[in-house]
Amino acid sequence: MGVNRRDFLKEAGSAALGVGCGLPLLGTACSAVSQEPHGAESSARQWAMVVDVEKCRSEEVRRVCTEACHVAHNVPAIPDPAEEIKWIWVEQYENVFPDQVHNKTAAFIRQTPVLVLCNHCDNPPCVRVCPTQATWKRDSDGIVMMDMHRCIGCRYCMAACPYGSRSFNWGDPREYIPTDENGRFPTDYPTRSKGVVEKCNFCAERLREGLQPACVEAVNQIPGGEGALTFGDLSDPESEVSRMLNETNTISRRVNLGTGPNVYYKV
Amino acid sequence: MLDTAFRGGRKYWILLGVWGLLILVGMAAYGRQLVEGLRITGMSQDVTWGLYIAQFTFLVGVAASAVMVVLPYYLHNYKAFGKMVILGEFLAISAVLMCMLFVFVDMGQPRRVLNVLLHPTLNSVMFWDFLVLGGYGIINFVVGAVTFDAERKGTPAPNWIKPLIYLSIPWAVSIHTVTAFLYSGLEARSFWMTAILAPRFLASAFASGPSLLIVLALILRKFTKFDPGKEAIQKLALIVTYAMVINVFFVGVELFSGLYSDMPHHVHAFEYLFVGLHGHAALTPWVWVGEALTVCCVVGLLIPNVRRQERYLAVLAVGVIIAIWIEKGVAMVVTGFIPSPLGRITEYAPTAPEIAITVGVYALGFFVLTVLYKIVVSVRERLEVI
Amino acid sequence: MTDKTKAIAGLAVFVILVTYPFWSVLGSATAASAPELELPEGEDNCVEETQFMTANHMDLLNQWRNAVVRDGEREYISASGERHVMSLTGTCMGCHSNRDAFCTRCHDYSNVSPACWDCHVEPEGN
Repeated sequence: MGVNRRDFLKEAGSAALGVGCGLPLLGTACSAVSQEPHGAESSARQWAMVVDVEKCRSEEVRRVCTEACHVAHNVPAIPDPAEEIKWIWVEQYENVFPDQVHNKTAAFIRQTPVLVLCNHCDNPPCVRVCPTQATWKRDSDGIVMMDMHRCIGCRYCMAACPYGSRSFNWGDPREYIPTDENGRFPTDYPTRSKGVVEKCNFCAERLREGLQPACVEAVNQIPGGEGALTFGDLSDPESEVSRMLNETNTISRRVNLGTGPNVYYKV
Repeated sequence: MLDTAFRGGRKYWILLGVWGLLILVGMAAYGRQLVEGLRITGMSQDVTWGLYIAQFTFLVGVAASAVMVVLPYYLHNYKAFGKMVILGEFLAISAVLMCMLFVFVDMGQPRRVLNVLLHPTLNSVMFWDFLVLGGYGIINFVVGAVTFDAERKGTPAPNWIKPLIYLSIPWAVSIHTVTAFLYSGLEARSFWMTAILAPRFLASAFASGPSLLIVLALILRKFTKFDPGKEAIQKLALIVTYAMVINVFFVGVELFSGLYSDMPHHVHAFEYLFVGLHGHAALTPWVWVGEALTVCCVVGLLIPNVRRQERYLAVLAVGVIIAIWIEKGVAMVVTGFIPSPLGRITEYAPTAPEIAITVGVYALGFFVLTVLYKIVVSVRERLEVI
Repeated sequence: MTDKTKAIAGLAVFVILVTYPFWSVLGSATAASAPELELPEGEDNCVEETQFMTANHMDLLNQWRNAVVRDGEREYISASGERHVMSLTGTCMGCHSNRDAFCTRCHDYSNVSPACWDCHVEPEGN
């Protein structure tokens, strides 16, 4: 008997380890080397939104925006605030723009309700930290996208987001999505599974069909809501958003952090 | 050598049985978490990391602290650490295992964990943490197995192990630095975004890790014939002392910057910890106990006559472990989320299933540690008899 | 019992356990038959040839997913030059609208449970 038990175990273990590590490493090396094709058909856009803070004072405006979005995307309505999912929602001015209020700011300004959503930043910290590129900034149109198939649910992006724009599915969201009398969901937009992070996606699926985002389209149809939300391409100097940014006073959230948000607020 | 793990006295099997039971409890709770999702934990949309990631942070420090025995022994020929080094390396393996498990149980989609390797993302610190932790575990496993095997045979270790040992020294520092970088690069969280976070992590690691080694060495000496030696234990005690003093200094400088500048962003976190913020004060008792323990232990450790008496040293070492555990494993992670980016204060307390899973992971780590230490003890006993 | 006997006994137990799926169905009344799929009426071909789809639909769907979600693309050009919108719910299930009569049959037979429908909503007219 030439080989003793210890040596056999050592060799068998190393062989198994080698095969077990070698194959995925080869695969990883191949995928790291091969370029993922970019889908930019035309010149790069940067979608942006301008929110009219004055018009947000109307409760109807706020309700229509949030409802349109949450219905269009099968966002669950979870009663416990610790677990609630929100793509677009309302916060008070002093919490949205903490650097814009001082200790003498009047209460009616501090408490102004403001619509907030993912800012689809130029320099997004969430993208910077994601270990799997489950979230990334699309070259073609500047949208910070989520790939629900790749997200491992580590919630690092949520720690990194300075705006609180992201929500995690702590449980199965389908229990909380309002269904009609036939038990069908509001739309056939894919619901999400438990264990992944989600947020506003600037209605990428609607933009693809040449439509405006759900919140923008809905609010522009109600009286008093026209112009509450303006959406367009920043790289086009003729677009409505570019015009508004050139002609009116706008602010954005936590500018000093350098994230470069693309949601602007007309004040 | 491995067969010694399967042969042991009653106490050994009872200990493994206790760990085994706790592991089963943890697994049952984890099974429930897999089915229902992370909603069964105390985490929320505002506090998205809790007990699991806090334990991970604490244990990376324990794993890194092996360098405090490896460096003197291998780099500077400090012979007194001869029997302590293997304990440190095996503790590092157990700690790394627990770290990886804590990250795993925290994931929302654990089935997809390999995505981190399948889609390498060089700008993500978490990707690097994955690599360096895994690498460190492998290095310590190889170094520990090879050097201990050589010792068992009575031959010198093979030459190729030396560069690996030297590599493990900066690598140990890197694992805890990279873990600190997970936190200290986030502009959204002003409590974490401080350059001193990495040095603080290292200082507290070099206090808590060697303290745990002291306690383990004393336990081994009491229950087995394995004795790493009084000088080795005393040297560890000295390392803990210096590390604790430096850690206290680092906490002090952080407090100064935050409180003297009086900037709300910085002050709020310390306010929350020490006196409570807007009526929320869940962590203040923990923090004050931790600070009291820190002060008492530092004072005790600084008195040579106290430090030299092993029964006092044992108490001080346990105190240091608890104090650092409160600092990293309780206070640090949760406070980063308070207040939230929108100014809200949501407090956090772990739920029973969360605690059960945590205990289960710790039990698994201690199970592995018990087995590894049993091998060390048994092999050493055989060597000494001859 | 000598070591040799123990080893052989252990090996025998192992072989019996590991071949359980094969011998446990011997002599049972019904053998598992190939799944019968209800094909959609009115459509003659799928996006690609049937044989290709049977073997590769999972890879195709992964490819579509990456193209749509990650690259922002919309159209797929099949081997025969036809253009299709890349969508599980819209294109695939536009024809194969009844999951239970089609997809589930093969998946049950081969004992796979793809998680597609945890998220993807089945279109109306199930």
